[in-house]
Amino acid sequence: MRGLTEVLEAARAEGRAALVGYLPAGYPSVTGAVDAMLAMVRGGVDVVEVGLPYSDPLMDGPTIQRAVEVALEHGTTTDDVFTTVRDVAGSGAPTLVMSYWNPVERYGVRRFSEALVAAGGAGVITPDLTPDEAGTAPSDWLGATDATGLDRVFLVAPSSTEDRLRFTAEHCRGFVYAASTMGVTGTRSAVGDSAETLVRRVRAVTDKPVCVGLGVSDGNQAAQVASFADGVIVGSAFVRALLDATSPEAGVRAVEQLAGELADGVRRGRS
Amino acid sequence: MSAPVRRSPDSGGHFGPYGGRFVPEALMAALDELAAAYEKARLDDAFQTELTGLLTTYAGRPSPITDARRFAEHAGGARVLLKREDLNHTGSHKINNVLGQALLARDMGKTRVIAETGAGQHGVATATAAALLGLECVVYMGEEDTRRQALNVARMRLLGAEVVPVDAGSRTLKDAINEAMRDWVTSVERTHYILGTVTGPHPFPDMVRDFQRIIGDEARQQVLDLTGRLPDAVVACVGGGSNAMGIFTAFLDDTDVRLFGFEAGGEGVDSGRHAARMSGGSPGVLHGTRTYVLQDEMGQTLPSHSVSAGLDYPGVGPQHAWLHDTGRATYAPITDTEAMDAFALLCRTEGIIPAIESAHALSGAAKVGLDLGPDAIVLVNLSGRGDKDVDTAAKWFAVISDEDIVESAVAVVEESPQDASGQGW
Ligand SMILES: Cc1ncc(COP(=O)(O)O)c(C=O)c1O
Repeated sequence: MRGLTEVLEAARAEGRAALVGYLPAGYPSVTGAVDAMLAMVRGGVDVVEVGLPYSDPLMDGPTIQRAVEVALEHGTTTDDVFTTVRDVAGSGAPTLVMSYWNPVERYGVRRFSEALVAAGGAGVITPDLTPDEAGTAPSDWLGATDATGLDRVFLVAPSSTEDRLRFTAEHCRGFVYAASTMGVTGTRSAVGDSAETLVRRVRAVTDKPVCVGLGVSDGNQAAQVASFADGVIVGSAFVRALLDATSPEAGVRAVEQLAGELADGVRRGRS
Repeated sequence: MSAPVRRSPDSGGHFGPYGGRFVPEALMAALDELAAAYEKARLDDAFQTELTGLLTTYAGRPSPITDARRFAEHAGGARVLLKREDLNHTGSHKINNVLGQALLARDMGKTRVIAETGAGQHGVATATAAALLGLECVVYMGEEDTRRQALNVARMRLLGAEVVPVDAGSRTLKDAINEAMRDWVTSVERTHYILGTVTGPHPFPDMVRDFQRIIGDEARQQVLDLTGRLPDAVVACVGGGSNAMGIFTAFLDDTDVRLFGFEAGGEGVDSGRHAARMSGGSPGVLHGTRTYVLQDEMGQTLPSHSVSAGLDYPGVGPQHAWLHDTGRATYAPITDTEAMDAFALLCRTEGIIPAIESAHALSGAAKVGLDLGPDAIVLVNLSGRGDKDVDTAAKWFAVISDEDIVESAVAVVEESPQDASGQGW
C-alpha cells in the first residue's frame, strides 16, 4: 500500500491534483459506509477521509450533522471507525481519520494512534485541535503521532496570520488542510477567491502539499481548485449523495458517479 | 488544601490541565484579537470608567445584601446573607458580563453581536446591551428552552434581537452554543460572540470571570461592613459557572472562607438525568475548553437535565474544574425537587421570588447552614429573579391550571410584529 505522501507525489507527477473524499463512518450503517467509501475509490478518489461521528460537530453544516446524528443513533463506536479504516485501506487508498478532539482524548491519545496504525490508517485530521494544544499531556498528539509515524493534518484558514500559517504548516505531516472560506462544511455554489489567496500564502511559508476543502461539490469546482492546489477535498457533496438516495445501493452508485465526475475535474484543472 | 490555586491562567488560558483553546483555526485570529483587546481594556482608565458608569447608572449597581432572617430559620439558624443580583437591570448577574463585552465589541469595531442562551437571561442581557449601543443582535436558543422560557423570548424580541430556535441535538443550551460557534466562524470579521459564562476558549473564562468578580468584590466589603467579619461560607449555583466565579473570586485568598458550588442534580445523579458535571462527569473537551464534561465512554457528550434551563448544560467553566481538583471549592448536586422546595421557601419567608437557578444555591445554603450551625455566616449569591420561571413554578406547585399563564406569554412570542426587513423587532 502506498502512503499519503507517495499518492500526493504521484498525482503531482501526473500533473494533477489529488482527489480526497470524506464520508462519516456509520452512515447509513457501518458496512454501508464502507461500501460507499470503496465506491468513492472505484470512482477515482485517491485518498479517503473517514469521519468519526461526534455529538457536537461545530465545524459541520447541516448535511454532515444529519448523517453523523444517524450514525450515532445507530450506536457507531470508535472501534467501528477503526474497522471502517481497515476495510477501506484494504483497497490501497491511503485512509485518514477526521475527528474532533474529545473522542481521541477519551480513547487515549496513544492508544488511539496505535489502534489506527494497526488498522492500516495513514493519519488524522483534527478540525478543533491546533498545534497550540497538541504538545502537552493529556493531549500530546505531537508525541503520539511522532511515536507511531502517523500523518497529522492541521487546518489553516483565510483568517490565519502569517505567523500562524508558518507555525501550523511546520507541525503538519502529510499535507496542510486549507479551509477555503470562513465557515462550516457544506456545498456552495461557488468557490471564492479566498481559497487561491490562502494557498498562495501557505506556499510562501512551506513546501508541504496543500489540499483545499470546504464547499467543493462538482467537477467544475474541483477543476478550478485543482488549478492551484495539490489536493481537492470533497465531503458534504458525497454525504448529500447518500442522504438523497432512495436506497443504500442507489447511494453507492451516486457516490461512485460523483467521484468519477470529480476525478475528471481534478484532471482538467491544469490543462 | 492540597495544591496552590492558580488564579490567573497562563498565557494560553490554562488552569492546571483545564482550559486552553480547542477551536477551529478559523477562530484563532479572532480569539487573539479579543485577548489583546481585553488586555488593553482591562488596564485602560477610559474603558473602566465607562463600564463602571454603566454598571451604576444603568444596571443599578452596587446590588445590596439582604439579611434573610426568616429563611435562616430553615438553615440551622445560621445567618444567611443574600447578594441581590436579582435586582440588577434585566434581572440577573448576566448583565455585568454583557456590558463589559458589548463595550469591547464596539471598541473592536464589531457591528453585530451574537449570544447563546439557556434560561434566556443572558440573551435578554445581550439584547439589552445591543439596543443600548446600537448593535445588531442574534441570540441562539435551544427549541426546548424557547418553550420553557417563553417570556424571555418575548423580551428579547421586544428589545430588537433576532431569536433563532435551535432544533439540533438535545435542543438546549449545548446546541445553542454549537450554533453560535458556527455563526461566529462564518461572520467573525464583523461579529463578536458574547459568550455568557466562564467557559469556552481562552480568553472567555478569564474575561467573563473578571467582568463578574464585581459581585464578590462588593459582597466581601458589604459583609465586613454589616457583620464585622468575613463569612464562613460563600454559596452559588453553577451552570457554566459565571455567577459562582463572580462571587468566589474575591474570597479565593481567604482560606478560612469555604466556597460551595451547587450543580443541577436533576432527578438525582443515579438517574442519569442531571447536570452534575463534578460528581457525574469526567475531564474532557467541550466547546473549546478542557473541563469536566458529561460524556459516555466514547467521548460523546451526554444530554443533561435540569428543571432549570440555566443549569442544564453538560460542561462547566475550566476554573471550576481546577478549584474542584485542588479542593479549594466544594461542589455538590441539588435535585429538582430540593431546588423547587427552596424556591417556595424563599417566596414565603422573604417575599423574594428567585430564579430556579438561584434556588439551587438557596437549597445548598440551607444545607451548609445546618452543617455549620447558628454562629455561621453564609453568603449566598441570589443570581437572578424568578419572573421568567413563574409558569414553570406555577405548574410545579399546581397553583394555577396549565394554560392560563403560559398562553399569554407564548402568544407574545409567536405574534411578534415584523419590521420591513422581516426580522422580529
Ligand atoms: C439567574 C441565573 N443564575 C445562574 C445561571 C447559570 O449560569 P452561571 O453558572 O454562568 O452563573 C443562569 C443562566 O442562565 C441564570 O439565568
